[in-house]
Order: sequence, then C-alpha cells, then structure tokens
Amino acid sequence: MVYFSNWKIFIVLGIVALGFAFAAPNLTDQKTAEWIPDWLPNEQVSLGLDLQGGSHLLLEVEANAVVKERLEAIVDAVRIELRKTRIRYTGLSIRGNGVTVMVRKSTELEKAKKLVAEVEQGLESSAEGNRITVNMTEQTLRDIRSSAVDQSIEIVRRRIDETGTKEPTIQRQGVDRILVQLPGVEDPERVKKLLGSTAKMTFHLLCLNANVEDAVQGRIPPGCNLLDADRSNTGHGEPERYLVKKRVSVSGDRLVDAQPGFSHQSAEPIVTFRFDPLGGKKFGDVTKLNVGKPFAIVLDGKVISAPVIREPILGGSGQISGSFSVKDAQDLALMLRAGALPAPLTILEERTVGPGLGADSIAAGKIASIIGLVLVVIFMVLTYGMFGLFADVALFVNMVLILGGLSLLQATLTLPGIAGIVLTIGMAVDANVLVFERIKEEVKAGRTPISAIDAGYSRAITTIIDANLTTLIAALILFYLGSGPVRGFAVTLSIGIITSMFTAIMLTRLLVVTWLRKRRPAELPI
Amino acid sequence: MKHLRLIPHQPNVDFIGRHKIFFTFSVFLILFSVAFFGAKGLNYGIDFQGGILIEVRMPEAGKLSEMRRSLSQIGLGEVSLQEFGAPTDILIRVQKQDGGEKAQQVAVEKIKQSLGQNVEYRRTEFVGPKVSEELFWDGVIAVICAITGILAYVWFRFEWQFGLGAVVALVHDVLSTIGIFALTGLEFNLSTVAAILTIAGYSINDTVVVYDRVRENLRKYKTLSMFELLNQSVNETLSRTVMTSVTTLLALVSLYVLGGEVIRGFSFAMIWGVLIGTYSSICLAVPLLLYLNINRGTAALPEKGASAEEAS
Repeated sequence: MVYFSNWKIFIVLGIVALGFAFAAPNLTDQKTAEWIPDWLPNEQVSLGLDLQGGSHLLLEVEANAVVKERLEAIVDAVRIELRKTRIRYTGLSIRGNGVTVMVRKSTELEKAKKLVAEVEQGLESSAEGNRITVNMTEQTLRDIRSSAVDQSIEIVRRRIDETGTKEPTIQRQGVDRILVQLPGVEDPERVKKLLGSTAKMTFHLLCLNANVEDAVQGRIPPGCNLLDADRSNTGHGEPERYLVKKRVSVSGDRLVDAQPGFSHQSAEPIVTFRFDPLGGKKFGDVTKLNVGKPFAIVLDGKVISAPVIREPILGGSGQISGSFSVKDAQDLALMLRAGALPAPLTILEERTVGPGLGADSIAAGKIASIIGLVLVVIFMVLTYGMFGLFADVALFVNMVLILGGLSLLQATLTLPGIAGIVLTIGMAVDANVLVFERIKEEVKAGRTPISAIDAGYSRAITTIIDANLTTLIAALILFYLGSGPVRGFAVTLSIGIITSMFTAIMLTRLLVVTWLRKRRPAELPI
Repeated sequence: MKHLRLIPHQPNVDFIGRHKIFFTFSVFLILFSVAFFGAKGLNYGIDFQGGILIEVRMPEAGKLSEMRRSLSQIGLGEVSLQEFGAPTDILIRVQKQDGGEKAQQVAVEKIKQSLGQNVEYRRTEFVGPKVSEELFWDGVIAVICAITGILAYVWFRFEWQFGLGAVVALVHDVLSTIGIFALTGLEFNLSTVAAILTIAGYSINDTVVVYDRVRENLRKYKTLSMFELLNQSVNETLSRTVMTSVTTLLALVSLYVLGGEVIRGFSFAMIWGVLIGTYSSICLAVPLLLYLNINRGTAALPEKGASAEEAS
C-alpha cells in the first residue's frame, strides 16, 4: 500500500492528465471550443434543456385513426367490388379491426368471400352463415401503426426544421410515442400549434343538388359530407357549413410547394401552392370541367374556402385565400410544404424552460458548487491538516474528472445533475475520511508512520468499496428508471462515485506516499 | 498545528445502552409518518398527478392578487399562485383539467392569453394524465428495485442478519422522509424520488461502514460481550460517521441556500436524509444486531465475496 511502481504512478497521473484534457474545452466559450482541432478533446459538456432553455415535448401518435381510415377504405373497396359483380348485400360496416357484410343469397357466398378477401392484402376472412367478416391480421395492424409512427416522425422533423430550430432531437419512444427536444426554442406555443394539426388538405367539388339547411336537419345526400367552415374564415358573410362531395378531386399529397404571399387584388395574406405534374393535370381537368362552380379547399375536415372556379387552372399552381393573418398564412404554407401527418398527434407532456431561468439555474448551481467546495476544503484542512490538504487536492481533481467524464461521454448536465455534483463534493471526501480515521487509529495503536499508513489503506479499502458500491447501485437504478433531468442526476452521481473512489484510493495515496518518502517523518501530523 | 476535533479523542458513548429509547423514538417516528401519510397524503407535484405549472416573471412586483383575480375567472378550476424565490417571480399551478390531454393544452393557452405579452415565461410544464400515472409507477418501482438491489448486495457481502438490520434502517429512513413530506406539505415530485433513492444509498453507505467494523471486531475479540462489542464498534467509527455527515451537510446546505428555488425541495429532502441516515445507522442498525442472534462463529469468518485487497 505504500509502494507505487513506476507504471502505476504513470497510469494515475495519466488518468488525471486525461481528465484535465477532456475538461479543458469547458473553460472557454463555445465558439473558441469549436476552433480546437479534432485530434484534441474538443467536446463541451452538453447542457440539458432545463439549463440552456428549450422545449421538451412528448407526443403520442393516434395510430388508431390510421387503422380506422384503412378500414373505411376497405369498406369502399368492398362496396365497389360487390356492386361490380352485382352481388346483393346488406349491413356493410366496420366492426372492431375488421369489416363485415351480409350476402343476400347464399349461392353467391363463396364468390363474395373470395372477392372480399382479395380487396387488400393482410386480411383474414371468415364466414358465419351468410355473414362474411374480414379482419386485419395482428401483423398488418402492427405494420400500419409502426409506419404511421415512422411517417409522423419524418413529418414532425420536416415541420420543425422549417421553423429553423437548431439541433432538434426527434426520436421514437416506445411503440407510438415521439420525443421532441428543442433547445433554445423561443415560442413553444407556435411549435405546439404546428404539430397539433395533421394538415391534410384535399380539394372537393360541392354538392349543389341539395341544400345545406336540409342537410343540417339530417338529410345528407349519399356521397356528400356536411363540413364546418374553418372558424377564422367566417364573418365575411360566408356560410358556416358546406355540403361537400366525399370524393376527393385532388389530394394535398400531390403538393410540391407552398409559400405565403399576398393577394394582388386585396393585399390580403394568401398561400400559393404548386402541384406535381400528375396533381397539376388532375387539378387542370377538374377545373376545366367545372368552370363557374364552387370548389372547396378542405383542411383537416374543415372548409378553408370555397371559391368559384373562374377559368381552368392548367399551370398546376393556385392560391388559397381564407381570411388569414400573416402568421396563419406562414404556418399553413409551412405545414403544406412539410406534408400531412398520417394521424393526429397528442401532446402528453411538455416541459419548457425559458432561457432566463436556465441561465439563473446555471449561475445558482455554480455558486452553490463553489461555496460548497470551499467550505469542505476549509473543513478538511482544519480537521486533518496536511492530510486534509492532500484530500483537497484529490477533491479538486475529482471535480475536474467529473467534468472531463461528462464531456467525454457527452452526457447531459441537468439542474439535478448539478445537485449530484454538489452532493459528490460532500461525499467524495468520505473515502479519504475513512482512510485518515483508520490511520489515526493505527497510530494510536502504536504503529510507525509507514506501517500505520499501510494498514490504514489496506483496512479501509474494503469498506470504501462496500460503501460506494451500495450508493452506485441506487444511482444506476435511478439512471435506468429515471427520466430527463433526474437521469442527469444519476449520471453525475455515478461518475462522481467512481472518480471519488479513484482519487481517494489512488491519487491521495500517491500524494501521501510521495510526501512520506521525501520527509520520512517520525510522527504523522494527522 | 492543532486540528479541529468534533469528536473527543477516544469517544465512549453508550449508544447500545440507550437503544430502547432510540427504538421507541423510531417506532413513533414511523407511526407518525404513516399516520400523516394516511391522513394528509402527499402534496404531489404535477409529475405524479398531472396538471400545469407555469413560472412567470412579472415586470413589477406586487401583482399577485390582481393575477389571482384574473386567473380565477377563466374557469380552470383550482388555480394556485405563489411567490417563487423573488417578489416578481410567480409560480402558477393549475389542477388537472377534465377531458384528457387536449384539454390541458387548451388551458395552457388560456392562461397565456390571460397573462398577456408583458410577462417572461420562465418555465411551462404540463403533464398529462397518462404520463403522470406512468411516472408515479416508475418511481415506486425504482424505490423498490433500489432497496432490493441494496439488500441483495449487503446479503452477499455479510451475514443475513446484517442485511436485515441494514434494510430495517433503510426502510425507516425512506418512510420517515415520506412522513416529513406529508407533514410539511412540501411538493413531492420526481426529484424527491431521486432524493429518496440517494438517501437510501447514503443511509446504507453509513450502515455498511459501521457493520464492517462490527465484523472486524467479531474476528478480533472472541470473548467480548456482544453489547460491548457493538458499542466499541460504533465509537470507533463515530469520528468518521460525523465527519462525513458534516462535509455532506456543508455541501447540501450550500445547495439549499444558494442553489435556487427549483432544487430547494430536493436539497431539503437530502439534508433530512443525511441526518436521519446517520441516526439510523448508529442507533438502529447496530443495536438491532443484538436481537438478530448473530452466530459469532460464522459471522467472524473472512467476508464473503472474498476480498483480495485485504491481502495486498
């Protein structure tokens, strides 16, 4: 215990030097750190959102909406197939995760069953009497949900990129959740609004052969839908509801670009859009055939506007004018550009910290750490004199190692993480205290300095390991089960425990032993 | 140079002789904790109960009652306002709204509209019912896992009697921490759970150090009575126990006073935990060994999970 081989000294000093090297970039500001060449450690500690400010959003994809949409499509397909082959049926509807239909004549059952089962892949069909049921297989359901989440992540990323947020983190969590972390975001409400609507845009013709009043009473003609007007659009003497043909004339999937702008006539904010070639052709055909009729632009089940087609629009581009504010127009254009979400998103959790609070937390954390450190340093010197000074050197190196470790692992430092560091300051000296107290006892028992130090270290070491491993168990469990900021606490506490064991057992001992060899004291000043 | 001494040179306090007083005190402490927990419950933060928390900085101080009036008029149910650290900083808590996640978002928007543009939003937190329930159970599982993990380790390293004694002390510390939160009505949130787990780690750390000494003395003194032996072990390690508690408390008090409002609850829990953890190691964990019928033959064998360090 009192002998260090040269290679051991080399390793201990090497680790300390590495700690300093990895911690060093944190001494400068970020700009300077970016100048450090790649072959040198140049990573700074990455700050959690609670320290640098920003938004943390946990979203859930309502994947069942996609399943329902697919089932509705199956119902339509079954209807078309059965009509085509003139099989008479009744009671065609969605039931659970499947579609069910009754065939009138049992002689047509086999034929119908075959048709129904083949409308789409991934269906299981069964028959009971004249009732045919097709269900989506578990695999199909899983695939639908999974791809809905994947698509949503893609669209969320595109929408957020469009807002110009720097270094957003967007990742899948669990089966149907998306974790979005936006450092330094200024206006979380806008982001939430952008993610809060699916932005599915479709173009429909209106049902002109029926009137809206009848439909409101419940007499909705087949093939039509009664849709509300978008709230921001009323108040111009325009109707509040529209009867819109179910059939989609052109879908928003075909959009390639959308930009906010201003109308030439009224100088009102508008959104201009452009279709891809196929969409442009469809749009041209529809407008050519329906000159003089109104045409509804539907966004998420609401009619934004229903202008009358004055002339065929053949260029594949057009414009939407609702009574938008400039900001509305910008956001709508952004969402149309980024594409529609396959399913609505629900915000399950939000944690936003403004830059002011983050900066205050860092400042408070720094002061608390420094004062805590100074108090412990003074206390150790008062109690153990020279040996306390050794422990203080180790404590300082310990801080550097924690900082270096955080930078190296690119772990996130959070406010509870700072608390973990301060706690480590207090607990890190524990290992040294154990050793020093043991040495004191050995001196009392009449041992010579060298033998007392030797015995002190060798006897205290098992206790140190036992005591620290138990705390480490608690910290690791916290890391695996904790979330966000609390995880940051577990990280600094774990790193702190490991580095403090290293500094107490190796570094302080090296200092003590070196001092012992140089001075060869007759008695220990402890 | 004369060194500072918190503990006399060779302390000789009769801890074990007073163990009945300690046991009675602890039994009452636990009973009161459980009673307070049962009667008053915990003041769960939004982490565990769902709801909205907004911290704002007003351009000038003294707007609290005005704000309270305007916020109580927007129909969100119970809205609590509280000064937070500075007279201009106000913490707004809104109860969970009926109607799932969407309704909470609507409420956040309403509040922001009501407060207008002149305030600085320092913090906006919203936890929906789904997530808060998950966080709650994650917390419960974390505490149970930590206690089990620590128990398993102590059992592996010591005789089972030591494991049992350590866990009694540990559960005592955890329960009384929950009790103090029920009593004071301090907010119980995710960071409180983190504090409880750290307290568990700290408490066991202290206990293990004293137990290590007990085991060593069992080996050294074959004839000393158990009573004397435990007393001597506690006294020999007393200096270290107090030193470590003091340094940890120095750091924690600094954090409590200077670390800012957001982690004050956490530092409070930790300060309490260090005090109670130190007490329970000395006054509960060790005297409990008197009653756990330690077999002096096997307990004195070199520790399990053999330690090679000892030989070097």
